Amino acid sequence: MYRVLLFLIAGWSGFFVMAIELLGGRLLAPYFGSSIYVWGAIITVFMLALSLGYLWGGYASLHAPSLRRLALILLAAAAATLPVLLWGDCLLEHLSALIADPRFGSLAAATLLFFLPTCISGMVSPYAVRLLVADRASAGQLAGKLYFVSTAGSAAGTLLTSFYLVLYLEVNQILLLLLAVSALVGLIAGLQPRAVDA
Amino acid sequence: MCASISASMSAGAEQRLIHSEKSLYRDVFVYEDGRTRCLCFTRLCAIGRQTCIDLAKPDRLVFEYTQMMLGALFLAPAPNTILVIGLGGGTLPRTLARLLPDADIDVVEIDPAVVDVAQKYFGFRPDARIHLTVQDGRAYVRAALRGSKRYDLIMLDAYEHQYIPEHMLTREFLTEVRSLLVPGGIVAANTFSSSQLYSNESVTYSSVFGRFYNLRSGNRVILAANGPLPSIDEVTLGSRRFTAAFEPYGFAASTLLPMFSTHPDWDLGARILTDQYSPSNLLNGRP
Repeated sequence: MYRVLLFLIAGWSGFFVMAIELLGGRLLAPYFGSSIYVWGAIITVFMLALSLGYLWGGYASLHAPSLRRLALILLAAAAATLPVLLWGDCLLEHLSALIADPRFGSLAAATLLFFLPTCISGMVSPYAVRLLVADRASAGQLAGKLYFVSTAGSAAGTLLTSFYLVLYLEVNQILLLLLAVSALVGLIAGLQPRAVDA
Repeated sequence: MCASISASMSAGAEQRLIHSEKSLYRDVFVYEDGRTRCLCFTRLCAIGRQTCIDLAKPDRLVFEYTQMMLGALFLAPAPNTILVIGLGGGTLPRTLARLLPDADIDVVEIDPAVVDVAQKYFGFRPDARIHLTVQDGRAYVRAALRGSKRYDLIMLDAYEHQYIPEHMLTREFLTEVRSLLVPGGIVAANTFSSSQLYSNESVTYSSVFGRFYNLRSGNRVILAANGPLPSIDEVTLGSRRFTAAFEPYGFAASTLLPMFSTHPDWDLGARILTDQYSPSNLLNGRP
């Protein structure tokens, strides 16, 4: 159960990040257009946020790592997405009036809206690797499995969102759905008895 | 990016690639077949031609949709300020500038490669009356709304069968376009909806403009007004003013009139497209 939950969190976090990234493009388009610069800005911000998240997640895993804390990271990433839902349009409205250039405007918008949740999401994988690995011999294999699950989750998040979810739901409804799943997975993992921690 | 398929163009001599231009979006190809020169976004123009000119009569409007777009002039015979979103080969702004010697025309095109090709191969020239901005159409509209300039006529020519910019087919975008029109101003849209999207697009336009003229013949052109829609009698009267003017462009104003319809031939219960819900390209592929 313990391992299943670790993989579930990593896979879901991968799904979550890519779904948000795709929706980010839709949210920014009315204000900055959908030129190649806007997508370039969004992808840059997500990559940068993830890379710093990996670093941060690795450091965090040095101090009393536990499944419960990993669950908290997932919940924090979801909570950090709330401002997108609550104030996204208002912020984009002001930013697009302030910064006319679509390159810097969308860079600023993507940073303000998506940097924090994506960075926190990036913490998940290295932190989960620490919880999975018991000895050096299996470390590479387990890290490989974790990357597999997390990146496969990203692929699923990309495909499901762009092919199906946007066809049936509004952008904000999809965001709410993502937050609900994060909350569910986070609570299930967070409420496990402490004894299962390695 | 304007666009059209023309069945009558597909026959004829072998087409020859005379230029290809690298693009941030889609590479631009220029083909010639002896009679016409066409701008395409795919090799051998496999998925449609965006613009074609008749090499012997460069003024002639090769595509029916450009003629249909000019039907907007029957609703507003003397627009002084015009916005064209989507350049293609520049046929529309070029023709409008000739037809309306007093009009100021702003053109917005997202792709600098299209601008280069339109200038080198299709005789498009920005000048004192034709101003070109390289920008996303919706970003331009939003920025323009913050200024004081308003338009008598707005032409949306940014859609094609291969790709519809989804943020430019929503209730919010059309509301912005409407706000950018003077009272009584006209919007003309060359749309590429087929299958399921046709209904979604129709109810979305209705939700912003109410009744509109729907011109169909292979292509679909929507003509709508910021205010009461001119009656068919007014349209007929308007068309007479262009009987002689349209002649050099190879068509008769009167051939357009039978196409003007306000009859809703779509599913009225279709879902309105919004910034929150705009899967236009997915809907366009559905039967």
